[in-house]
Amino acid sequence: MLKLRDGIVELYRKVATSIPSDVEEALRKVCENETELLGKYTMDIILKNISISRATSRPICQDTGFPVFFVKIPQGLSHNLIRQTILDATRIATEKVPLRPNAIDTISERNTGDNVGEYFPLIYMEETAEQTLVVDLMLKGGGCENLGQTYKLPWALVISHQRSIENKDFETVAERDFDGVRKCVLDAVFKAQGKGCPPYTIGIAIGGAKDQVSFLSKKQLMRRINDKHPDNAVAALEQKILADINSLGIGVAGMGGKTTAIGVKMTMAHRHPASYFVDVSFSCWANRRGRLIW
Amino acid sequence: MLGKQKGKAYMVSPEVRSQKPEIRIKTPLSKEDVLSLKVGDMVLISGRIVTGRDKIHKFLAHERPDKRDIPFELEGGIIYHCGPIIRKTDETYKLISAGPTTSMRVEMYEAEVIRTYGVRGIMGKGGMGMETLNAMKEFGCIYLHTVSGAASYLADKIMRVEGGWKIEEFGMPEAMWLLEVEDFPAIVTIDAHGNSLHREVEMISLEKLKTMVEG
Repeated sequence: MLKLRDGIVELYRKVATSIPSDVEEALRKVCENETELLGKYTMDIILKNISISRATSRPICQDTGFPVFFVKIPQGLSHNLIRQTILDATRIATEKVPLRPNAIDTISERNTGDNVGEYFPLIYMEETAEQTLVVDLMLKGGGCENLGQTYKLPWALVISHQRSIENKDFETVAERDFDGVRKCVLDAVFKAQGKGCPPYTIGIAIGGAKDQVSFLSKKQLMRRINDKHPDNAVAALEQKILADINSLGIGVAGMGGKTTAIGVKMTMAHRHPASYFVDVSFSCWANRRGRLIW
Repeated sequence: MLGKQKGKAYMVSPEVRSQKPEIRIKTPLSKEDVLSLKVGDMVLISGRIVTGRDKIHKFLAHERPDKRDIPFELEGGIIYHCGPIIRKTDETYKLISAGPTTSMRVEMYEAEVIRTYGVRGIMGKGGMGMETLNAMKEFGCIYLHTVSGAASYLADKIMRVEGGWKIEEFGMPEAMWLLEVEDFPAIVTIDAHGNSLHREVEMISLEKLKTMVEG
């Protein structure tokens, strides 16, 4: 288990200090295509930051995030042992990488200092029939995490200015269909503006029970930017929503421009007749994810 | 190896620069300095700045500590919404990573902080709302949008960590840190004349949204 522990420490380092090649490639395209000066200026520095962080092995962002693990465990291997190994690795990585201590006791308001606390890191485990242990790690920034929304369809969307006294509010109804889903996601992105470091990657989950869709929409952020959903109807909706988001003109860092999101990833869970949830998760441009196969 | 190389190597590419040169500013800022800057201006900041985020703002706005009880000068200064990664080595602090955090979370406190402490610049990401904009117009202060998530690049523009306040009480990310910066890049997105790029972008996106959900 010591070797696994050290492997997870290295996974932390890799995920905190570099971003996946598919995300970096998408960001380069954003920079090339942007014509707005402020967006291009910002994107240029973001790309330099990625190179500097990788070369000097320093975190891409000072917010090294809420660590979220998705672990697939072969039969017979103790889940408790894996959990303990992750906690040990987290303490070591916080010191070694270093990571910013982000775990705050919500009762005493004290920072634990080592990124370990109640339900922190977040660890999802499932058993697999395969012989290999797969540890996926996402370092989820707090700014973009705060932008997530849950809708219950049908839903009357009240869309309003947050930064103006002018009253230009309007209402629209999101019904129980793909168009209703699309409206909810656009509402979430409009509300987000530039607060969570666009260009975003957007995860969507529909149907299900309330806690399921939050888990599933976040899990979609682990998908590669250029993958294609196996269901053609879902794949088409992902593309439609991505195009609509980019028509909003929010742009890099919310300063206006062509690209507000680089990817939209959706999934579903079967729903109860009474429920139709739509959950939207955001990742900042620094979609930090990685995998360890053991 | 890139390492701690400073200056030219990390500068923005010439094609971007040539379109609009950056303006160099130095803290402490005077009211005149602030009034001369407009939305869209790209600035390079040198001098001392302090960090302050959620806990510091709540504390300043509610407790209103006397200026003499705060170890750092806030008058004419810049408050940077940032929770850095800092490593303590013997007697000194080494800064590892220091990008901006979302400014909107302290919207309810910022006007009071600007009014009470005479701050001339608020730096962060994502912009701020109407209350802050009005306080900036009334007292002479600007909002500086720095590069979201560019924590290593920005850390290399910070020459020294000169001290910290409330480190034990608020924790490393939420303490107030005094930093000496050189050519630290930012964009003026709310000026002291009542203009806000964030409000403009929001209004444009609202109109677009309307056509896409009602069409």
